[in-house]
Amino acid sequence: MSGPLLEVRNLRTWFELFRGTVKAVDGIDFTLDTGEILGIVGESGGGKSVTGFSILGLIDPPGRIAGGEVLFRGEDLLKKSEDEMRRIRGREISMVFQDPMTSLNPLQTIGRQIDEMLVLHTPLSPAGRRARTLELLDDVGIPTPEDRLDCYPHQFSGGMRQRVVIAIALAATPRLIIADEPTTALDVTVQAQILALMERLVKRSGSALILITHDLAVVSEMTHRVAVMYCGKMVEEAPTRELIARPHHPYTKGLLGSIPRMAGPRVRRLPQISGMVPSLFDLPKGCSFAPRCSFAAGRCFEEIPEMRVVAPGRKVACHSPVGAEEGETKRAR
Amino acid sequence: MDEKRKTFYRTEFFHNFVRNPGAVIGLAIVLFFLITVIIGPMITPQNPYDIASLDLMDAYKPPVWMDGGDRSFVLGTDDQGRDILSAIVYGSRISLFIGIAVVVLSCAIGTFLGLVAGYFGGRLDGFLMRVVDIQLSFPAMLVALFIMAAFGRGLGKLIIALTLVGWVLYARTVRGSVLVERNREYVDAARLIGLSPFPIILRHVLPNILTPLIVIATIHVGTVILTEATLSYLGVGVPVTQPSLGLLVKNGYDVLFSGLWWSSVFPGMFIMLLVFGINLLGDFLRDELNPRLK
Amino acid sequence: MLTYLLKRVFQMFVVLFMVSVIVFCVMSFTGDPVLMIVPPTATDAQIAEARVALGLDRPLWDQYAVFLRNLLHGNLGVSYMFKRPALTLIVERMPATLELVFLSIVISLAIALPCGVFAGARPNNALSRAIMGGSLLGISLPSFWVGILLIFYFAVEKGFLPSSGRGTTGTLFGIPFAFLTWDGFKHIILPAFTLALGTLAMLIRLIRAQIMEVMRQDFIRFARAKGVTWRSLLFSHALKNALVPVVTVFGLQVGSLIAFATVTETIFAWPGMGKLLVDSINTSDRPVIVAYLMIVAAMFVAINFIVDIVYTMIDPRVDLR
Repeated sequence: MSGPLLEVRNLRTWFELFRGTVKAVDGIDFTLDTGEILGIVGESGGGKSVTGFSILGLIDPPGRIAGGEVLFRGEDLLKKSEDEMRRIRGREISMVFQDPMTSLNPLQTIGRQIDEMLVLHTPLSPAGRRARTLELLDDVGIPTPEDRLDCYPHQFSGGMRQRVVIAIALAATPRLIIADEPTTALDVTVQAQILALMERLVKRSGSALILITHDLAVVSEMTHRVAVMYCGKMVEEAPTRELIARPHHPYTKGLLGSIPRMAGPRVRRLPQISGMVPSLFDLPKGCSFAPRCSFAAGRCFEEIPEMRVVAPGRKVACHSPVGAEEGETKRAR
Repeated sequence: MDEKRKTFYRTEFFHNFVRNPGAVIGLAIVLFFLITVIIGPMITPQNPYDIASLDLMDAYKPPVWMDGGDRSFVLGTDDQGRDILSAIVYGSRISLFIGIAVVVLSCAIGTFLGLVAGYFGGRLDGFLMRVVDIQLSFPAMLVALFIMAAFGRGLGKLIIALTLVGWVLYARTVRGSVLVERNREYVDAARLIGLSPFPIILRHVLPNILTPLIVIATIHVGTVILTEATLSYLGVGVPVTQPSLGLLVKNGYDVLFSGLWWSSVFPGMFIMLLVFGINLLGDFLRDELNPRLK
Repeated sequence: MLTYLLKRVFQMFVVLFMVSVIVFCVMSFTGDPVLMIVPPTATDAQIAEARVALGLDRPLWDQYAVFLRNLLHGNLGVSYMFKRPALTLIVERMPATLELVFLSIVISLAIALPCGVFAGARPNNALSRAIMGGSLLGISLPSFWVGILLIFYFAVEKGFLPSSGRGTTGTLFGIPFAFLTWDGFKHIILPAFTLALGTLAMLIRLIRAQIMEVMRQDFIRFARAKGVTWRSLLFSHALKNALVPVVTVFGLQVGSLIAFATVTETIFAWPGMGKLLVDSINTSDRPVIVAYLMIVAAMFVAINFIVDIVYTMIDPRVDLR
């Protein structure tokens, strides 16, 4: 099979509400290769989660997919029937949700919830499924899995539940895993463990991973490439290291600036992005970021910037990208 | 004023209201009944409880569209020559009066006790909520039936009995809301600078509880009217001299087997219509005012 | 577990004790039962004699002590009208009421479960809207009026179902039941349906609301992301979660059915304990009223207890304390 594993083209997911149409995702493009880890970052409300749900076809009214293509192994998922999508969900693409406290069925045992995935997507016998369930629980680091099969979710801590959720997501060895803020709801000490676990398991299984997060620190440690979203649009995409080292979009620069650093010169106060995320009902006419951008000029308020390639593998949607003069980028490479 | 009205027309609430046929019909029914009970006695053909206006010659008249119907008695007459339509108008007055009186009293008492219980907490709260719990585990109809059986029928007694079983709903809702507010920072802040937090809580709690109270009260009017009708039907509700719709059904039932179906069917139909209208409206308000569903 | 049960049983007795005090006090303040049982021609001396014979001349707390002692011995007084023990009168009529209530429960559940689940799973479907409209009408209907309409149509107009009484009864475990014979079944069907209507309509609305609430939750979305079929999503994930709160309300509904059986039995002249209560209220037969209330209160307390036990069985999160 040639070509990328996943290619999203001009995806638009809109929500029709009384106050108007919310363009939660408005024309985003990205690609993902087998085994690659892509980070999607941005502030909350930027359309990251909706992107994940759109790929799996889990958008409910008043939301709808207004256009675009989601090509998975060359086939457009948006054209598939609900029945066909059901066979893809879990088996080909699985998802890890933000809050492990609410993503497991409170009235079913852990064992049964993993087993359900195996029944749906594998030809294993009951004994085989039990063995696989124990193996999965062991993989995600749950001690004495035999004793845990008949436990209910409320008997587990948040971190343990997220491990179970990951075990479920991995059960049918999917080609792609979408993790939507997998560690946001967890204690800081547990976050690092869960991320390390995910990275190890994803690498071992050869799956690709889309890591949706608002936390650039998480992205910098795990991902190969990063796409930055702001108000439903992609504003920058680049290999992780380059993005961290030389952000082109003022918004990315702002996000990076607000991370505390251990090394480097001491700053008296962490810089922050001024202003607030605009209301999605009432986006500015030009670049959505213009009202908060210290580099914005006249054109930024009039014209929406297009995503354009500024260097191999680097794309940015900005009229006056920071430090992205053609020569400098070339020299850097 | 004009400016205010214009903005109301543009709210989501109004927008959803006009697009919800159930809500519009519900409001229309409720308004129809309110107008009827206010101006009704002025336009009914007779005062059904003025013995002088009754004529036994008019008895057993069927509704106007049936053979032997009389144009002056649209819905027919009962065994004493009483015009059913007039009796329904007077009966609706009594039913609606009881419904509104009980809800106003229950709401006032329940809100007060809920505020007190939630604010002071401790033993008083424990006691009140225990009473609420026990009372809620018994069907309201049975408790009211027992009270009426003990004290005998009467309009005032009926209102008291239905209030005694009704206040608990409000008390529980209000108490819950006060408990939420009591733990907010501004209450601690007020205490720290030596202010009594009660007026502040009141100012914060009242707007919060207003919407749930409106929903509970609307639906409660319908429940009260139904319970009142049931008690009156059993003969322990309103006195015979002030028949509500429920008592009219009972009086009609006594002559049902002589073929006089209209004197019990029509009053019952008006109970259903009134309660249905109130429930339609209550349903809409609940869906619209409940932020959890948005 | 054992401490929990003991605690609950103790609580049940406290509630029953409170009910007995309230019932006794309220009944004592009202009316003069002596006047009900002496003949209208009785002289003042005869009335005073009867008062002493009934123990009504003693102080209130003393009367209550006697009442409570008798209560604990299963003696709830003798009916003024029937001249028989009130408890016996009620127990004799209990099977008739219980079979009526039971059949109503069966009818309500058989209709409400499928309708409620469907309306909750497909809220925008035309049929769902019709179900919801019907159920709103159902909770707006005065049940006694429905009974009258049914009697008028099926008994008076068509004449193929009887309008009153219990008909022939069959015997099961030595207890007479109407539903065991065809004639008895024809008698019970109208009252059972009349009684079921309100509960049925209310349960439809509750089940629908619960299903909709559960279907919005995260774990349902996660199950969808697992590739679970719609059917399995509804029945194996949503339904059980939706029914947990319904169980609590259902317990209350059984109590309410027993209460409303008084109305239904009165309309259909069904010889149950509810009709006995209404008759006793009309004749001021105090011992029967008191006995009915004490027995029904005990039944409600028992139902609540059973509901709590069932609740802990279906929801693993609830722990018996």
